[in-house]
Amino acid sequence: MSDLTRLSAADLAGALTSGEVSSVEATQAHLDRIAAVDGPVHAFLHVSSEEALATARAVDEARARREPLHPLAGVPIAVKDVVVTRGLPTTAGSRILEGWVPPYDATLVTKIKAAGLPILGKTNMDEFAMGSSTEHSGYGNTHNPWDLERIPGGSGGGSAAAVAAFEAPLAIGTDTGGSIRQPAAVTGTVGVKPTYGSVSRYGLIALASSLDQAGPVTRTVLDAALLHELIAGHDPHDSTSLTDPVGDYAAQARRGLAGDVKGMRVGVVKELSGEGYQPGVLARFEESLDLLREAGAEVVEVSCPHFEYALAAYYLILPAEASSNLAKFDGMRYGLRVEPDDGPVTAERVMAATRGQGFGDEVKRRIILGTYALSAGYYDAYYGSAQKVRTLIQRDFAAAFEKADVLVSPTAPTTAFKLGEKLDDPLAMYLNDVATIPVNLAGVPGMSVPSGLSDDGLPVGFQVIAPAREDARLYRVAGAVEALLEARWGGPILAQAPELEVRK
Amino acid sequence: MSTPWRDEVARVAGLARIDLKPDELDRLAGELEVIVQSVARVSEVATPDVPATSHPLPLTNVFRADEPEAPLDRDEVLAMAPAHEDGKFLVPQILGEDA
Repeated sequence: MSDLTRLSAADLAGALTSGEVSSVEATQAHLDRIAAVDGPVHAFLHVSSEEALATARAVDEARARREPLHPLAGVPIAVKDVVVTRGLPTTAGSRILEGWVPPYDATLVTKIKAAGLPILGKTNMDEFAMGSSTEHSGYGNTHNPWDLERIPGGSGGGSAAAVAAFEAPLAIGTDTGGSIRQPAAVTGTVGVKPTYGSVSRYGLIALASSLDQAGPVTRTVLDAALLHELIAGHDPHDSTSLTDPVGDYAAQARRGLAGDVKGMRVGVVKELSGEGYQPGVLARFEESLDLLREAGAEVVEVSCPHFEYALAAYYLILPAEASSNLAKFDGMRYGLRVEPDDGPVTAERVMAATRGQGFGDEVKRRIILGTYALSAGYYDAYYGSAQKVRTLIQRDFAAAFEKADVLVSPTAPTTAFKLGEKLDDPLAMYLNDVATIPVNLAGVPGMSVPSGLSDDGLPVGFQVIAPAREDARLYRVAGAVEALLEARWGGPILAQAPELEVRK
Repeated sequence: MSTPWRDEVARVAGLARIDLKPDELDRLAGELEVIVQSVARVSEVATPDVPATSHPLPLTNVFRADEPEAPLDRDEVLAMAPAHEDGKFLVPQILGEDA
């Protein structure tokens, strides 16, 4: 086999099943790739070579004994560092958790381990998933493989960059306001935020509990479908986990890849384009729409008038929930403990000193904002109003889905910007998620699939949104977009990415 | 220098139990003012007739079987604690009085 790191997860799984390659070979190839390119990319915070190879060996031995295996058994995967992994360091990108090794696995990690996917390591992210560029990580920036001077998106920049740089065929992300989809858009990869409750949140270090959802980060739509099927399903450990059976995502992806979108109604959200969107981003969006039209889809325009309030509502609800969730980092049971320089060493003063030193700027900013919004006298005006906007946004979606089977928009208004460019302007940074946030507020599923390169030669993402519990529709439409565009490009979009310098 | 927003950040930081340095207070005061002004527009459409949504997909009566499960391994948990003694977390004095 030529380069195992260039295969899709589906193709690699096929080669493993047929015995053409072993999991040890595939895992080692990815570990070698990480060693060769991750210095400048910095997608990984921790690489678990020994554990990954041990899993790979066990899968190869089980296969030799002809034991029944999961279709993805032996295919390596990277996991965002906000997901707890027993025995592997987990920091959520924060210095306050430096060196913490969790005593349990997230449910999705239990599923990954049971299916025999070697975990290559933990990927970099904005601290506690607060950010759109991974520049708020406590452990340094991740760099976009398309241009190392640029951001890989955030908060899951590490997972997206790892997949884009061929360091892993699969990765896990989490998406609270766009943290899977926006990094996918700016790195030319695929990212899915499932319906809220599709994937268990047990073992995700919570950011905003009513918005958080884990999902697949991959290079192809089919790979995302396969990974979604693996990690989804009811979990008694998460009371918000849906009891619905897992959908036939891979079958729907294959249907879309065969070009079957005839008769589907595709709604273009009027409010998610225009001012603030780069011309190159809009041009690629229109091009994908034309292809869907040619394939027999019916394209209609829909209006979601309250989406313009989504960003404001989100930056009240998220900080409010985060300020409560992050109260557990008090220096008592795990993580950093800092004693005050002078005065009595009481628990409250230790807590304040620990949090003052352990949290980064963005985390402090959002906890202060959230605590302010929840504090006496402000609750109704801010948090209460934001929750009402959430209702209005859900109503907008309900009305739009009367007219369309799926909704579409550009995933992000711009391509990847330069590292440092928006770091001193929080509001400008928040605007990156203007098209992805409404999806989280309503709990509906959303996906980003590459739609080509903008005028600046950088990747653009096409967002597909479906009604709650209709994640399967995402895979059908995105599969069609991927197949139609790849036919035009003559190959996957990442074939157009510059080769990274390889360290020998 | 004391300003209304700087005082507000200091008050809220106290509630949130975060020690902030003077330069952090200065910076956050400016940022909080700008961000709060921006997000306050939610009140434009949040009229009394609109119900609030706290959860994206409402679920009711979520129960699970009351079956005992293995707890976390105590040694594994304590190994990650800042301090422990006799199989328990060791924490600073909880009350402000003289010990």
